[in-house]
Amino acid sequence: MAEAASHTTSYVRDKMLPQAEPPTLQKGAIKWMRDNLFSGWLNSILTIVSIYVIWAVVSDLFPWFANSIWRADSLTQCREIRNATVGADAPAACFAVIVDRWQQLLFGFYPREFYWRPILSLVVMLTALMPVLFPRLPRAALLWSVSAPFVIFFLLWGGSVWFPLAAALGFVIGAVAWRLVSAASGALLGVLAAIILPIIYWLYFAAPLADGLAGSVPLGLEAVPSKQFGGFMLSVVIGISGIVLSLPLGILLALGRQSPLFIINKLSVGFIEIIRGVPLIVWLFTASLLLNYFLPPGTNFDLMLRVIIMVTLFASAYIAEVVRGGLAALPKGQYEAADALGLDYWKSMRLIILPQALKIAIPGIVNTFIGLFKDTTLVVFIGLLDPIGLTNAIRASTDWNGIYWELFLFIALMFFVFCFSMGRYSLYLEKKLRREHR
Amino acid sequence: MKKSLFFGALTVATLIGAAAHASTLDDVKARGKLNCGVTTGLVGFAAPDANGVWQGFDVAVCRAVAAAIFGDPMAVNFVPTTGATRFTALASGEVDLLSRVTTWTFTRDTDLKFDFAAVAYYDGQGFMVPKSLGVTSAKDLDGATICIQTGTTTELNLADYFRANNMSYEPVPIETNAEGQQQFLAGACDVYTTDASGLAATRAAFEHPGDYIILPEIISKEPLGPVVRHGDNDWGDLVRWTFYALVAAEEYGITSANVDEMAAAPTQNPEINRILGTEGDLGAMIGLDKDWAVKAIKAGGNYGEIFEKNIGENTPVGLARGLNAQWKQGGLQYAMPFR
Repeated sequence: MAEAASHTTSYVRDKMLPQAEPPTLQKGAIKWMRDNLFSGWLNSILTIVSIYVIWAVVSDLFPWFANSIWRADSLTQCREIRNATVGADAPAACFAVIVDRWQQLLFGFYPREFYWRPILSLVVMLTALMPVLFPRLPRAALLWSVSAPFVIFFLLWGGSVWFPLAAALGFVIGAVAWRLVSAASGALLGVLAAIILPIIYWLYFAAPLADGLAGSVPLGLEAVPSKQFGGFMLSVVIGISGIVLSLPLGILLALGRQSPLFIINKLSVGFIEIIRGVPLIVWLFTASLLLNYFLPPGTNFDLMLRVIIMVTLFASAYIAEVVRGGLAALPKGQYEAADALGLDYWKSMRLIILPQALKIAIPGIVNTFIGLFKDTTLVVFIGLLDPIGLTNAIRASTDWNGIYWELFLFIALMFFVFCFSMGRYSLYLEKKLRREHR
Repeated sequence: MKKSLFFGALTVATLIGAAAHASTLDDVKARGKLNCGVTTGLVGFAAPDANGVWQGFDVAVCRAVAAAIFGDPMAVNFVPTTGATRFTALASGEVDLLSRVTTWTFTRDTDLKFDFAAVAYYDGQGFMVPKSLGVTSAKDLDGATICIQTGTTTELNLADYFRANNMSYEPVPIETNAEGQQQFLAGACDVYTTDASGLAATRAAFEHPGDYIILPEIISKEPLGPVVRHGDNDWGDLVRWTFYALVAAEEYGITSANVDEMAAAPTQNPEINRILGTEGDLGAMIGLDKDWAVKAIKAGGNYGEIFEKNIGENTPVGLARGLNAQWKQGGLQYAMPFR
């Protein structure tokens, strides 16, 4: 049958031909290069120029990395080792300085036997962030997030365990007062009670209570003054405190700026514009120099705390504007819908407006946080030894005088890790919260 | 970190504020530590080592004062200060003593309300040139390009010097010492000028220090010393005489090695006996123990020992004693009589 068919319909191929190879120019690497690198004379020239630039950079840097020296006691010794191994004047990185000083770059002057404390604090912080970042975890875990700041404070600064506990009690008092008073006599009085009672407690009762308890049940870790904080740890403590504190403050400011209440509105606008209109370095100098003159003589208001306050205020002004952008992007119908449901102001904000506004503002907020985190290096100008300040201090030792790039590279890497993970998290959050139809 | 930090520290601040403002010495004794302002890092003068322990010439002065008060040279909180924050830190009481290569000038002494306890190091502005330039004197520098830190007294000194000698120069402005090093090495300028001690330290860090020379001319006076607040003269006296005890110790041959031996029993020299407290009781007059000077000298040695250990000729900084030699060796270090 097959034969007959082949006779009658000779022009029909009854067998599948094997697939032919595409022409050499249209396949594999060559096609890819033709499409992407050499798709015209202009692109070809640009490609060649780019390749040359890359080659120039790499060929310059590669030997520097390849010859790097990791074990030496000083720059002089590094140079001796290099002269002995790869020859005089050859480029060679001296990463021995990192091996020698990495602990200082990370922890500053924190006592070495207590390094477990900042490390444990980091673990506490990361676990405390989990319930906030990933809503699938049980809500009870949020209690851990709320208490984490006190745990971290206790771990880092040490001292009596009763001090952070007594301070935390103030918040409990505030929460209880709000519950009881607002149930009994309305929301406004409840809010007032929740603000005033804890402040009275902190001013007059917290310190004696903590001292009394510390006297009778001395329990705690050895105290570490903030003067001994330094290096990357200082940046993280200032950065994270600023981030955690500035977000709620910034949201309140954004709401205040939209508020129809005259005083609140004008105060918010004034605060935002003044803080935002002056460079951060000026605020830091204010914190370190001017406050010294304003406060009564002999008062030693912790410099690091002053810096945290200034950084927080600065970041909150930016956050407020970012959040305002989010609020402005919401259609007016959302506000009206919230009103139509009979929700009061706080409920409508909490349940309807803010979740949507914040979602829109996430990239801006994270952007501000990353900027804030990197801005912490400005504290070098007021004499705090952050990683950049420490490079100067390290160079001032006779062993490492004259070393630059290795230290800066290490610091850049550490900052990159932090900022990059923040950026990635913001992307993840954006994808997860995407609700609109696109 | 919530408000706990804020309110916590506020309470601490009020507590400290409430603890009144007694004399500086009483404050220091109550605290158990001396707060000493130093630089954020300057080769040979102040820098933390790998263990975070501060070392250097300025640091040694702080340690001697702490040792004189507490007998423990480690009882010091070092507060790194920048050029901009140093005077506020001292004026506001954040530090008790500023030992931070600070030049003694008229306005700082009078207008800023400080007292310079003594001159710990006589410095002056110098020039560094590459050997290949073939220059041996600053007088030959007519028409040179000079790397100079902007907005410093060195800039003004330089202009004065060149005008006085009827020479011209071309300035290459730089911001920091680190930038100056790089520019100078890259050949952006023929000459680098700053304080002579800084030049020596910079040169020591070069790959080939032998290729550069520091010219013999010193064109300005930079007397550097420990500074205290105006108004508490007892505290100023304590710092001044602790420093003089170190200088006198060198003059009379008291070292960290033999100080215990010499303090064990009165020696032939009544001045040594008075310093070491084996005769009379000078310590009580400045509110300290009889053997305050013994403790100060034991902390880091006498003036000469401190100099040699931190910036002397056997260190990478390699400074000669020069003006800082004892007056008997033709220098300016001259301790007032202990009597």
